[in-house]
Amino acid sequence: MTALAVRLRFARTGYGKVGLAGSLLLLALIAVGPLLAPYDPSAIAGLPLQHASRQFPLGTDGLGRDVLSRVLWGGRSIVGLSVLATSLAYAAGASIGLLAGYTKSILDPLLMRAMDVLLAVPPLLFLLVLATGAGRSIPVLVLGVATVHVPSIARIVRASTQEVATHGYVEAAVARGERLPALLGREILPNVLGTVLADAGIRLTASILILASVNFLGLGLQPPAADWALMISENRGGIALNSLAVAAPALLIAFLTISVNLVADAVARSLGTSTDRKRVAR
Amino acid sequence: MNEHALAVDDLRIELVSGEPVVEDVSFRVGHGEVLGLVGESGSGKTTTALALLGYARPGVRIANGTIDVAGTRISGLSEAQVRRYRGRLISYVPQDPAAALNPSVRVGDQVGNMLERSSEKEAHVDDAFELVQLPTARDFRRRFPHQLSGGQQQRVAIAAALVCKPAVVLMDEPTTGLDVVTQANLLAQVRRLQRELGFAIVYVSHDLAVVASIADRIVVMYAGRVVEDGPAARVLSEPQHPYSLGLIASVPDPREPRVLRSIPGVAVGVGERPPGCPFAPRCPQRIAACEESDPRLERTGGDRLVRCLEWRRTPTLAPEWRAPSGALPSRPASLLAVEELRAEHRGRGDAVVACSGVSFAIAQGECVALVGESGSGKTTIARCVAGLHAPARGRVLLDGAALAPLAAGRTPDARRRIQIVFQNPYDSLNPRHRVAQSIARPAQALRGYSRKAAEHAVADLLERVRLPARLATRFPGELSGGERQRVAVARALAADPDLIVCDEITSALDVSVQAAVLELLADLRAELGLALLLITHDLGVVSSVADRVLVLDQGVVCEQGAVRSLLASPEHAYTQRLVAAAPTLSVR
Ligand code: SF4
Repeated sequence: MTALAVRLRFARTGYGKVGLAGSLLLLALIAVGPLLAPYDPSAIAGLPLQHASRQFPLGTDGLGRDVLSRVLWGGRSIVGLSVLATSLAYAAGASIGLLAGYTKSILDPLLMRAMDVLLAVPPLLFLLVLATGAGRSIPVLVLGVATVHVPSIARIVRASTQEVATHGYVEAAVARGERLPALLGREILPNVLGTVLADAGIRLTASILILASVNFLGLGLQPPAADWALMISENRGGIALNSLAVAAPALLIAFLTISVNLVADAVARSLGTSTDRKRVAR
Repeated sequence: MNEHALAVDDLRIELVSGEPVVEDVSFRVGHGEVLGLVGESGSGKTTTALALLGYARPGVRIANGTIDVAGTRISGLSEAQVRRYRGRLISYVPQDPAAALNPSVRVGDQVGNMLERSSEKEAHVDDAFELVQLPTARDFRRRFPHQLSGGQQQRVAIAAALVCKPAVVLMDEPTTGLDVVTQANLLAQVRRLQRELGFAIVYVSHDLAVVASIADRIVVMYAGRVVEDGPAARVLSEPQHPYSLGLIASVPDPREPRVLRSIPGVAVGVGERPPGCPFAPRCPQRIAACEESDPRLERTGGDRLVRCLEWRRTPTLAPEWRAPSGALPSRPASLLAVEELRAEHRGRGDAVVACSGVSFAIAQGECVALVGESGSGKTTIARCVAGLHAPARGRVLLDGAALAPLAAGRTPDARRRIQIVFQNPYDSLNPRHRVAQSIARPAQALRGYSRKAAEHAVADLLERVRLPARLATRFPGELSGGERQRVAVARALAADPDLIVCDEITSALDVSVQAAVLELLADLRAELGLALLLITHDLGVVSSVADRVLVLDQGVVCEQGAVRSLLASPEHAYTQRLVAAAPTLSVR
């Protein structure tokens, strides 16, 4: 079986297919959307709060900007930033978990107590304080969202690392004198990945939702940026006049989170052991 | 009373797809007889045994045949009907008592629950506990399974099986995981109970030596069929089916240090059975007719049955004795030396001493065995040698130079020269790495091979361990236990070592697979001049490969010497007990 086939095996399940199709569709929309947008997303194109019409298929928002154009532009920031934040979270969380779980040194309690402290702070509160203290910039936003995920990822990775480290193949590598990065990266990481990525979908969704909430609260991206979450918050005042300006971005966020979840579930299952894989293939 | 305690006729069990798992199986067990049902993984012995309880695993169904227990037909009944008979007509002692006993029910109640009526329950439970020589004190019966030792747990399971006084007791490898001495005690006790109470036993096992010590009659299964059926003593001394012969020749016997002969090829799995005789691909005496028609189980005179067209040509069992190992004194320079080793395990509280004052040396090309039961500290010693456990005191020397306690502190050359192979074939290979990757890694890390050169070496190494080159691209999950263990050996060889530490490497394998792996080790020693440190609990394994042996009792070496003389005349009381308890084919 080729490597590609192994990677695409998840797509054979029903849910995997649906999720993959949905995600690809959305990604395509986000990628080429800006090219298709009939208007500049921040230009005032007509009268405010118009209903859908030939000229403005989704109507206009409170300032008279074309909702369709803003929707077509508005996926980039939320998807890009949440993917970035989630990846960062996995990179940091996995490194901390592997180190803490494998080295039975003082590092373990130090790292894990730090994680416990972080875990005790409610995520939104943390982000609000961060935005207030460190300013409302995009790097701060991404780092903030990533930091919210790190403790729980680190805990899961640490627990499965401790389990995997008892296996013969890890001991064989130790006896061979492999260095720490090789031990962690070659022997342990591939075997904890399945467990760790099992909740990647939920985490990505959570990132999207946190980002959306922060944007909605006005602490993330700032107007006039076109962003789905921001649009919901901007346009909710005019919901009675042009409900599409709220419904379109909201539905897209929902569609996005559901598709991502389906794909992530299927991928996580296809990363399991060979018997799990057979089950997936069925 | 009925003539037979158990009669199985024409049993056929198949997968839901119609593929047979067990076919054409018939045998009888007389009242008070002990039948040993012998076979290796995939032979259908466990499937057959479960069918005797009226049970089929999910995905499998009993398609045909009848099963009568003491004259009562239990085949073809519904689950609810069968359940009434389980325990009273036929009862079951499972392989792993720890898994079979409910961890949250007191042991007395577990036995009592087998009985329906509540009056006299206590007395019956008392009797059952007394039978299996467990304390009858109330306090003991109120314990939970985890508060008992492995041997005691198994006794509770036996008490639960006997409490309803069944006609037949089915035992599925009940001594797996027990130490040899415990195993020998348990077997003796089962035998005594069986004589006193007169029930029949169906003893299912892959271990011929254990079966030899208890069975009156032996049924050998291969590829879902009975291939031989006869009185135990005769089957063991003059097997008529070539598979039985091969199986017997695979069993290492501590009393008779002979050369092990494995059966060529691998056992056929369900769904890949060839037409004709299923043993034909591995059979040395096959003729053209064997591949055409499936031979029938034939009466061969006396009380014996065999399923083979050419059984008359089956050679007589001719053990080859192991030549006493080469002239050791001419190789005085020791490769590895362990001096006054003491190792501890640190838990929360105090350190537990794993071993102390252990000293021994291994010469170039020599095979030294460390023997002991679980908890004797033998594995810890192996780990100290491999640099996986830091000794509390003492040293490990290679070519006279002291080694750092942990592998990370040793020179790459020292790490290359000592390799270790682990016990469990299911976790000694990284499930995410292809076989080629696993084998190539030591050559790259320890011998400085380029990636290309290392991958090149893989084909040679696979050949060395007698595996086909096509396995290189497989993942461990696609290999059998024996194949994985060979890959693990190939990985050790990739470093071009001088010494391989083998930590119980065959204990999870079937006998004929074990024989093949031991054969491989012997060949590698001869070909490469490798020294081996063999960690094992099995004196049979020791007798068939090792030159010298150290017996460990609770972390201390209690006796050591050349294998042959030590096994023939053990001096220390502990060694004597071990030798006496070791299962052997020599008929009781
Ligand atoms: S029937 Fe033929 S192939 Fe089968 S065991 Fe006998 S001799 Fe061998």
